[in-house]
Amino acid sequence: MKILVCISKTPDTTSKIAFKDGNTKFEDAGVQWIINPYDEWYSLVRAIELKEKDASTIIHLVTVGGADCDPVIRKALALGGDEAIRVNTDSSDSFYIAAQIAEIAKQGNYDLVFTGKETIDYNGSSVGAMVAELIDAPYISLATKFELNGTTAIVNREIEGGEEVNEVALPVVVSCQKGVAEQRIPNMRGIMAARTKPLKVVEPTVVDTLTNIVSFELPPAKAGVKLVPADNVAELVRLLHEEAKAI
Amino acid sequence: MSVLIFIDQSEGHIKKSSLEVITYGVAVAKQLNVSAEGIVLGTVANDALIQLGKYGVQKIYHIANEKLNHVDAQLYAKQIADTATANNSSVIIISQNQTGKAIAGRVAAKLKAGLVAGAIALPDTTNGFVVKKSVFSGKAFANVNITSAIKVISLNPNSFHIKQTEGTAEIVTVNANVAEPKVKVTAVNKVSGEVPLTEAEIVVSGGRGLKGPENWGMLEELAKTLHAATACSRPVADAHWRPHHEHVGQTGIQVAPNLYIAIGISGAIQHLAGVNRSKVIVVINKDPEAPFFKAADYGIVGDAFEVVPKLTEEIKKLKTA
Repeated sequence: MKILVCISKTPDTTSKIAFKDGNTKFEDAGVQWIINPYDEWYSLVRAIELKEKDASTIIHLVTVGGADCDPVIRKALALGGDEAIRVNTDSSDSFYIAAQIAEIAKQGNYDLVFTGKETIDYNGSSVGAMVAELIDAPYISLATKFELNGTTAIVNREIEGGEEVNEVALPVVVSCQKGVAEQRIPNMRGIMAARTKPLKVVEPTVVDTLTNIVSFELPPAKAGVKLVPADNVAELVRLLHEEAKAI
Repeated sequence: MSVLIFIDQSEGHIKKSSLEVITYGVAVAKQLNVSAEGIVLGTVANDALIQLGKYGVQKIYHIANEKLNHVDAQLYAKQIADTATANNSSVIIISQNQTGKAIAGRVAAKLKAGLVAGAIALPDTTNGFVVKKSVFSGKAFANVNITSAIKVISLNPNSFHIKQTEGTAEIVTVNANVAEPKVKVTAVNKVSGEVPLTEAEIVVSGGRGLKGPENWGMLEELAKTLHAATACSRPVADAHWRPHHEHVGQTGIQVAPNLYIAIGISGAIQHLAGVNRSKVIVVINKDPEAPFFKAADYGIVGDAFEVVPKLTEEIKKLKTA
């Protein structure tokens, strides 16, 4: 069993979001970078659990980004995984990123490609689907449970208003969210081991970039809260009905 | 040239998010001065499709193959991409709902089309083709230019108002070859009777301030009165007081209802990221220093256990008035 886990670097969830250079770039000063939580907590940990059940499992991590991704990918290696591959390029275009990952996936002949359900910066939820298309594999989105039975994956996935259970023969691309696994903390042994695990840097394959970010903006500030006394709930209902027209 | 709108259905029923993408796609078509066409996959009654004309869609390609009654990302993407190619569609519109998340990326990759996933506004075509989308889990927006000839936009649910006029759609029944699905669906568990969170106009959400799962009755009662969906903060889902699919926030579900009522939630930055696209936010919290008040439109500083039942009662009065 060979698993490819896609890792993305994102700002910490508590980061204050600001922009620079005339609102064209993310202000990264003072920002703590983390592994995208969906990649770490669910897809990476599930891959590690599968390896714990079957020691012959090989886990490779892949990230698309510059050298500033290395600390984050080392942290991922500290949790688990045999080696990491960094495609040395940077882009905000999901197709460009997906094409890089698809290239790695094709070369490595993986049985399973895991992604997080989305990254918490661009929130596209689209790279997994694109990778699946580019390697012509089935894609199971928004997984909440993942089991293997030989070469068949049994996956629960979120659908509108509920869940369904899917069965599919490997290889498959799966996007993971809460339920697939539980967050783990890397231990000292893992951290030490991660230092010597291979981190291969490869150059990108030539692909067109199909989108680019022109500018960023912050949501307009709220006008300020209108407080209603706790003993006058009727007034709140009146405001919601007459002023906000929300009920 | 045309705009092709993917009209998602479930058990023959056209989803609300589909009416949003129709309205949006029709507006894009008008902007580009091309026709607005739809595609429907799976069994749906012809009458229901003709009726969709009142949202402005002129023509609908219907591939009524039974193998498409269930969402299969691979089969769906192929039919949508093939239809787009056959009809020379330059823009494809899909909802960024659960189905959209499974297929939009596939459709885009198949057509080598630039994708903006999670759009919240119409494209600006004055200088390129720039679409505004939500980024950093609702903490900011990005204006993204699509440079490829074919473009795919997936629209965030609840970000575009449904507009209804008059008209009927021409239905074109298409006989397409549909492969055997590679993914087998062995069980479907839908929570019946509840309003799906991402489609809800009103969301009633509870936090740690409610002290325990046994106290959710009053919240459910309020939700029922408002025909609202129920949600919760992350600590509540982590403590298993509520199912995780109700968890709203940066690492949970992002919602954008007309009205979000937060009860006993302090308003951590991660929670706000999931709700700040709501049109109106009401916060009920006994701590006047709760950060959520800064993000709210209306607030009551008070004990939820006293305020919420009163609120339900007053809304019932309003509804029967």
